[in-house]
Amino acid sequence: MRKVYASAEAAIEDIQDGAVLMLGGFGLCGIPENSIAALVKKGVKGLTCISNNAGVDDFGIGLMLQGRQVKKMISSYVGENAEFERQLLSGELEVELIPQGTLAERCRAAGAGIPAFYTPAGVGTEVAEGKEMRVFNGKTYLMEYAFDADYAIVKAWKGDKHGNLVFKDTARNFNPMMAMAGKITIAEVEELVEAGELHPNEIHVPGIYVHRIVLGENYEKRIEQRTVRKKGE
Amino acid sequence: MLDKFGIAKRIAQELRDGYYVNLGIGIPTLVANYIPEGMEVVLQSENGLLGMGAFPFEGEEDPDLINAGKQTVTMVNGASIFDSATSFGMIRAGKVDLTVLGAMEVSDNGDIANWKIPGKMVKGMGGAMDLVASAKNIIVAMQHTNKAGESKLLPKCSLPITGLGCVKKVVTELGVFDITERGFELKEIAPGVSIEEVKAKTLGRLVVEGDIKTVSV
Repeated sequence: MRKVYASAEAAIEDIQDGAVLMLGGFGLCGIPENSIAALVKKGVKGLTCISNNAGVDDFGIGLMLQGRQVKKMISSYVGENAEFERQLLSGELEVELIPQGTLAERCRAAGAGIPAFYTPAGVGTEVAEGKEMRVFNGKTYLMEYAFDADYAIVKAWKGDKHGNLVFKDTARNFNPMMAMAGKITIAEVEELVEAGELHPNEIHVPGIYVHRIVLGENYEKRIEQRTVRKKGE
Repeated sequence: MLDKFGIAKRIAQELRDGYYVNLGIGIPTLVANYIPEGMEVVLQSENGLLGMGAFPFEGEEDPDLINAGKQTVTMVNGASIFDSATSFGMIRAGKVDLTVLGAMEVSDNGDIANWKIPGKMVKGMGGAMDLVASAKNIIVAMQHTNKAGESKLLPKCSLPITGLGCVKKVVTELGVFDITERGFELKEIAPGVSIEEVKAKTLGRLVVEGDIKTVSV
């Protein structure tokens, strides 16, 4: 079993122009910082990125937008990025907005061998346009397909050399389902340990889903909205 | 007239012990500050947290622990963490007892529009469509009129729809309205507000019947 790669650059080396990528994270929380930096360095272009958000101007997927590497974003919320808005309005960038729960389930379905499913989210809205509708127990649902992504790129807290992954707090978010969904899944982790060091009971994503694992470095973990209270409040 | 804190305080009166509650961004978030003493309410954040606590103390903020508004938060005792699919699973399955959302428009049959203004930059629906499609109890917290002074309680939403027939109650600065098959039923009126003002500012079907209580917060 040779899943461990020496660097994020090595792990993403074979990603070609036009690839469909899933990128884990919610806002800037739990994003694969090292792999994004490696994709920026490689300069691969024409990418379709499936990710809940599109980063901010100078961090996360925003860095790939700066380099005009993204052809299409599939996201639920993209509000925090001026360069994104500019490219969208100028027609350089294509965007497909889908409900957040549908985004999550389309990932989960891909990793669970389910080609499509019915959800109530979006019924009666423009999201439902052109989609198959069906009534179950008197309520209308619309059909959504599983995603088909070439690579899933996720960030975990800990991982072992078999690719088993553990996430921390809300940095979990979309990472587990995306890890399950990629034809090739690349995980970067803050701590890479030997097989056996993680207790089987604590594994969030079994290593069968993870093809490449990298020990990340220099995590910035930028905070988007720093909200605090003073002692005594 | 209620201010935004008054609206939040009034909605907090709808909480019950043991409720699991999802609060949207804006006025809904303020509801968390008015959970009655001694009542246990568990806050759900759709990025994967049940048991969301207060903002962290200065210096204790953790970039790996945020809410759906991307703000740093804490966890209460008994909190749990899960992935986004599980989070929306519990939402779609109707496990969340109460959802409080802001809105741009609500119609008198309970449709809600709160995600898109045509011609303006579209940021996306986030989790709003999943929430409104499945939540069994949705309360909208909003101003009664928009910046141009036009009613937001309408016969039909003019903005793109987020969900159909889902809103059960609306609380505005003017009062509390239940949405029934007859339209917006005025249940309570805010202090200092007249029935005439409510009528003038409500374009959708309005029902005013019997003794109307004054909102007490």
